[in-house]
Amino acid sequence: MNLTSFLQEKQLTICLTGEIDHHSAREIMQALERKVELYLPARCVLDFGEVAFMDSSGIAIVLFALRRMRELDGVLELLSIPPQPYKVMKASGLDRLIELKRRELHEVR
Amino acid sequence: MKYDNQITLEFPSLSRNEAFARGVAAVYCAQLDPTLDELGDVKTAVSEAVTNCIVHAYPDSVGTVIMRLRILEGGILEIMVRDRGVGIADVEQARAPMFTTGGAGRSGMGFTIMESFMTHLRVVSTPGRGTTVYLRRKIVRRGGA
Repeated sequence: MNLTSFLQEKQLTICLTGEIDHHSAREIMQALERKVELYLPARCVLDFGEVAFMDSSGIAIVLFALRRMRELDGVLELLSIPPQPYKVMKASGLDRLIELKRRELHEVR
Repeated sequence: MKYDNQITLEFPSLSRNEAFARGVAAVYCAQLDPTLDELGDVKTAVSEAVTNCIVHAYPDSVGTVIMRLRILEGGILEIMVRDRGVGIADVEQARAPMFTTGGAGRSGMGFTIMESFMTHLRVVSTPGRGTTVYLRRKIVRRGGA
């Protein structure tokens, strides 16, 4: 499963890894939903730093998380987005809904 | 148009083959000496096209997906993805951003992404007979030899 998570204060951080496509998306979305239901966080951070590939299935995941966090009156943050997923997010217009924080060049992974 | 080194591949519309298809397209594209960025674009567009076959063309069954790769004159990579599935009644509507019949799990951005990542996108579809998508991308020759 390409997902690990940790809770600190009321912040839930979910680290996504590997390739996000239609094949892997359902499992990721279900896991995400379970974590959010369990912890009801005030802030949810999706860390894309270890994502090797993402297609539009990843957009559906972000939209889902965004909707869920808004329902909870919470905040969603996208972190460390590598170049390829960033390009998919930009092409989809996701930057009109949420800030896209890119992975820094010097960031060691 | 003249073409070179044509390869045709046939595989069942199983979601685990999405990674396989984009991997094959990337390996095939390597002979044009693409940049990492170009490779990422090709993989993304193929992933979208093949996912459409799996999700939309064969919604309740497993059908056959055909992917044909060839290189056109001037270093243009052409990828054809064909299914014999349900087809698309209104291609223009299907290509519109955010339009999807795929429910909450889909974003409706597949064709938008194919369009913005490729230099050319053509969609030919007949309801009840299937859909063929042509993706073309010019791979820029880099400096040196």
